[in-house]
Amino acid sequence: MAARTDIRRYMGFGALTALCLTVLYVPLIVVAVYSFNASRSITAWGGFSTHWYVDVFVGPEAPIFRAAAWNSISIAFLASTAATVIAVAAAVAMVRGGRFRGRQTSFAIISLPLMVPEIVIAVATLIFFTTIGVRTGYGTILIAHITFCIPFAYLPISARLQGIEDTYELAARDLYATRWQAFRLILLPLMMPGVISGWLLAFIISLDDFIITNFVKGAGMETLPTAIFGSVKQGIKPNIMAISTLMLAVSVIFVTLSYLINRIGQKAR
Amino acid sequence: MKKLALVFTLLSTPAFAAGELKVYHWFEYMPQELVDKFKAETGINVTIDTYDSNEAMLASLKAGRLGQYDVAVPGDYMVKIMADQGLLDSFTADEMPNFDNIQDEWLDVPFDPGRKHSIPYQWGSTAFSVNRDVYKGDINTLAIIFDPPEELKGRINVLDSQGEVLALASMYMGIPQCTQDRDQLKTLMAMLLEAKANWASFGSDTAKDVLVSGDAAAGMIYNGFSAKARAEGANIEYAYPKEGAVVWMDNVVLLKDAPNRENALKFMNFLLDPKNAAAVTNYAAYTPGVKGTEPFLADEIKNSPENNPPEGATFDFVAACDKETQRLYDTIWTNLKR
Amino acid sequence: MAAEATSRSARSGTGWQGLVLPLLLPSWLVIGIFMLVPVALMAVYSFLTKDFRGGIVWQFSLDAYDQFFVERGLFGDEPPLPNWTYITIFWRSIWQAGLATLLCLIIGFPTAWFIATRNPRHRALWVFLITVPYWVNLLIRTVSMRFLLRDHGPFNEMLMAIGLIDSPLRIINTDLAVQIGLFYSYLPFMVLPIYAAVERYNFALSEAARDLYAGPWTVLREIVLPTVKPGIVAGCILVFVPSLGAFLAPDLLGGARTYMIGSLIDEQFRGSAGNWPFGSAVAMILLTMVLAVLLWQVRVATREKR
Repeated sequence: MAARTDIRRYMGFGALTALCLTVLYVPLIVVAVYSFNASRSITAWGGFSTHWYVDVFVGPEAPIFRAAAWNSISIAFLASTAATVIAVAAAVAMVRGGRFRGRQTSFAIISLPLMVPEIVIAVATLIFFTTIGVRTGYGTILIAHITFCIPFAYLPISARLQGIEDTYELAARDLYATRWQAFRLILLPLMMPGVISGWLLAFIISLDDFIITNFVKGAGMETLPTAIFGSVKQGIKPNIMAISTLMLAVSVIFVTLSYLINRIGQKAR
Repeated sequence: MKKLALVFTLLSTPAFAAGELKVYHWFEYMPQELVDKFKAETGINVTIDTYDSNEAMLASLKAGRLGQYDVAVPGDYMVKIMADQGLLDSFTADEMPNFDNIQDEWLDVPFDPGRKHSIPYQWGSTAFSVNRDVYKGDINTLAIIFDPPEELKGRINVLDSQGEVLALASMYMGIPQCTQDRDQLKTLMAMLLEAKANWASFGSDTAKDVLVSGDAAAGMIYNGFSAKARAEGANIEYAYPKEGAVVWMDNVVLLKDAPNRENALKFMNFLLDPKNAAAVTNYAAYTPGVKGTEPFLADEIKNSPENNPPEGATFDFVAACDKETQRLYDTIWTNLKR
Repeated sequence: MAAEATSRSARSGTGWQGLVLPLLLPSWLVIGIFMLVPVALMAVYSFLTKDFRGGIVWQFSLDAYDQFFVERGLFGDEPPLPNWTYITIFWRSIWQAGLATLLCLIIGFPTAWFIATRNPRHRALWVFLITVPYWVNLLIRTVSMRFLLRDHGPFNEMLMAIGLIDSPLRIINTDLAVQIGLFYSYLPFMVLPIYAAVERYNFALSEAARDLYAGPWTVLREIVLPTVKPGIVAGCILVFVPSLGAFLAPDLLGGARTYMIGSLIDEQFRGSAGNWPFGSAVAMILLTMVLAVLLWQVRVATREKR
């Protein structure tokens, strides 16, 4: 009766998993490999070289990509931080606020940016800024990013908060801690893994955005994705592959970070 | 609402440095060395954003970018459309010391009589190029694009540029541009829809890359862009179709509400210097509209097959239709794209 | 647990009850002003008159919806007929998104199951492997796919090198390429929620069924699938909704030739069409469809709970 021990195994599932991972990784690996191609030609292999990585930092297009990278990173940092602060406040109200009227509505509002398709948000935001006569640029991108980052920051934070019993805070309050002290000294440290996960997720989502940014960017404003998109249209050049590989590395670092933080968070519980 | 707007404006307007210039330009059309040279001479910081069709540039300006750029580089018919729409600022010849460098034949042009809003940038032609490894027959007919031979079917890239595609299609059908004749327009649309089945992609900025990478075996393209594709190793030949091809001139225009009008004029003046105009030509492989560039032009550009049409090749500008007719052409284009 | 905590704090209080409003206000304001108001404004725009090549005239008009649903010929004076062109674009998008969802499910469910049944100590590593592509920039992933699939790209070169084909397969700039792009883009979105559901699955249920002589596939169909259904539905929506409005895959992999809804909307604002009311109308129709799908999901989910 081998079948008894086999309830978890289905024929072919392992093979499909292998297929899934192959599909997910092959294009990324191919690009990473070709970014080390010495040849200028895109397909012929001309030997190993880190030339294109040097080119990313000092080549003719370097100033454009440097400015774009700075815009991307600073917008992602500001947007994810603002979204996280807003999300922490909202999560505390939603999870600790007891039953109150409009709880469902609030949840719907917070998750709205997740439900509306990106292209619709892009169009609506462009129309909004044009109608009130605001010059599109860094500020409009930042505002749009804060808005759609809120639910991404909110979900991990509220998930974490739901897992924290309120006994710790109640004990602190019994010992005459002010509400603020109880939050800062007890709740916030307990929430921290969720807050950091939320921030990281918002950061990466902001960094990832192309469609909305492309609609609301102004004159002389590029972020990495819009700059890469513009460049790719004129051919997938080796320096783009090098940039892509660098961004891939950044993503891997971020996932690892988030993974480690969750591990620490679980141990701390 | 007003207060809100003010806050955003403060948020989104960078402090204007004295030396700034925002250029809205075609992709791959200005060498970085020339931008650096301009900066070295004037101390003005140049930011360049790019677009890939006249229509896309106009759309983007209307979507709130007007007032953010100082100059743009529309093609001939688009200069007229923009001027009619009131999107251009004007200048006088004394504001630009090099104004007299404009070649005489490009001075009093129909799209900008007397050059009040624009100066010549480069001019060239739009037809198509064919990969000679794939197709070896006669290519000097627009049928290559609109009724392609078997070898090229499904391997054709078409410019994502309404004006040029519809003008070439009209030439192929032998009907005038901006016609209002119902039957002519209907056959034009029917022909295009049939031709589309044989096309692989729409793309202007991708036009060179698809030929170099081999993703397309034939593609509508600008003459200089085709020369660059050839220089990058594509075995392609630029065609001079017997039905005619499009000739165009790109022009630097002074935009309305330019935040740095003075600098924009300096930039335009700079581009009218023969040395600088020649530098653009040597990079983009078209032809300058400025006097005295001859000594500075590279031989391979001057003598390229793309810049030297054979005897008897005919060309025509894209016509700017009136609004009502334009609406019909817009509909045809929308029908084609979707 | 969460419910218990909430009710207890409601009784004795951690002191947050009085602060609910100020705590929620920032999120309401930001999302309200920068998302709800813009979407409402977009709805208004869809009923305005278009200006020449972009922009609007503040004058009521049904032209946008008329253009979408009614065909009046090139000159606008033919007898009105139902217009299938835009409906076809929607249909194509739904079909492409639906197929991508199905493919993601076929590959994603076994993957999620496989991961969830690994040794718990290694499970995190498997999840990590799925999460990495999910966090990599979508544009970069799409560009990678374009590079891989092009006529003389690594995929074709490899097939030719091992002698499987003589001339390159024409994948790029076809519907197939768009499909591959959508599938590849959103595959992790399918795996992760299903994994979360399977991980909580009580395998004793399978065991009991097997003891009653149910075959393994019967167990999967009759016991497992209904139990993990919320995860599957969540995964399907996470793939279907973004696929429906996708822009990058049709643009970069489809050669901008096979239109999907995203490209149609984009063309109205950034391309040469320059018809803002029409673009707004298309966006409104897309939004309505997506909200309908989500509402349906909420109803399914609440029915499951009961």
